[in-house]
Amino acid sequence: METLELTQEEQFQARIDADMRIEPKDWMPDAYRKTLIRQISQHAHSELVGMLPEGNWITRAPSLKRKSILLAKVQDEAGHGLYLYSAAETLGTSRDQMLADLHSGKAKYSSIFNYPTLSWADMGCVGWLVDGAAILNQVPLCRTSYGPYARAMVRVCKEESFHQRQGFEIMQTLCEGSPEQKAMAQEGLNRWWWPTLMMFGPKDSESPNTAQSMNWRIKRFTNDELRQKFVDMMVPQAEFLGLTVPDPNLKWNEAKQGYDFGDVDWEEFWNVVKGNGMCNKERLQARVQAHEEGAWVREAALAHAEKRQQREAAKAAAA
Amino acid sequence: MSQKEWPLWEVFIRSKQGLDHKHVGSLHAADAEMAIQNARDVYTRRLEGVSIWVVESKHVHASNPDDAQAFYEPANDKIYRHPTFYQVPDSIKHM
Ligand SMILES: [Fe+2]
Ligand SMILES: [Fe+2]
Repeated sequence: METLELTQEEQFQARIDADMRIEPKDWMPDAYRKTLIRQISQHAHSELVGMLPEGNWITRAPSLKRKSILLAKVQDEAGHGLYLYSAAETLGTSRDQMLADLHSGKAKYSSIFNYPTLSWADMGCVGWLVDGAAILNQVPLCRTSYGPYARAMVRVCKEESFHQRQGFEIMQTLCEGSPEQKAMAQEGLNRWWWPTLMMFGPKDSESPNTAQSMNWRIKRFTNDELRQKFVDMMVPQAEFLGLTVPDPNLKWNEAKQGYDFGDVDWEEFWNVVKGNGMCNKERLQARVQAHEEGAWVREAALAHAEKRQQREAAKAAAA
Repeated sequence: MSQKEWPLWEVFIRSKQGLDHKHVGSLHAADAEMAIQNARDVYTRRLEGVSIWVVESKHVHASNPDDAQAFYEPANDKIYRHPTFYQVPDSIKHM
């Protein structure tokens, strides 16, 4: 008699195909688990390292209002890191392990954060472009197949929307300001445009894992699809601001109802990924230093908790 | 014979695949396995759930309601954390 029983892996794939969520206690292929741990922890690391370029401007924000907003945004990013690390932990890795991998350079984070933030306009560009790109990437992940990841992304996306708006508002204020301020905004866009396009990752033809990730629904659009969406979304916004997108090949294509645009400098992309970007060393050093200098706080908190426990036990014994 | 009362358990139900577990109530049971079985009988008789979590109530630590004002007040004046704080021009789409 022929059996209609599906293998474990077929059952797993069937659930994904039916758009059902996989939960921590469900069976899953090892490769799915490993890929997810890598993807989610990389995402978490990006939130964490992403605080550094913006943190750079908190003490120099031009007004108390901008300072409060920037502080609130950076605080949100710390929270995003936390949601994501926790989601990765449900797959059986530990927080210490993930941080160790980040600090040793074994784990990657988004290459965008290896670029320096040189002027106040960069705070506008990061919010408007970088958070804008992150949102495009993250919204589809709210429907990703792994339950804890999808639910973390729902929280993240809810909080992201103010990030992009405050960045756009900074740009708008500069663009409506003095000629020097407008020039500062343009100069920011010139430096951030291409690195932001790189955030979507290598070209589809050079992204061999995309097919498997799409199959598992831990990726819902290809890198090139997202990059195209981003350009189509951003060009009208730059036009509104009166800024010029630094791409001589940028042109509206009526037939595809989207923009044609120039090719990213992939040599620069791989160079930054390999650790040779402008700020790779500085970022990693700042992370490691913060972790090491925070060691005594972690130890003291544990010692304090232990002491309190002993005190309460003694109190209970005496009662 | 022991007269010890069965401990209290808090019950969390995932109502539909993909959603969070939500607190639905509590019950007494001798151990976790029994708590899950009882939770199924008490809280999912009408297909209310696809997954159950139980946590012994003594392990739940709650914030103090008396502290609520000082605890949550600092968020009140930070309206800039909300996207509605920012004016987006009408002609700008996707933001
Ligand atoms: Fe974020
Ligand atoms: Fe953000």
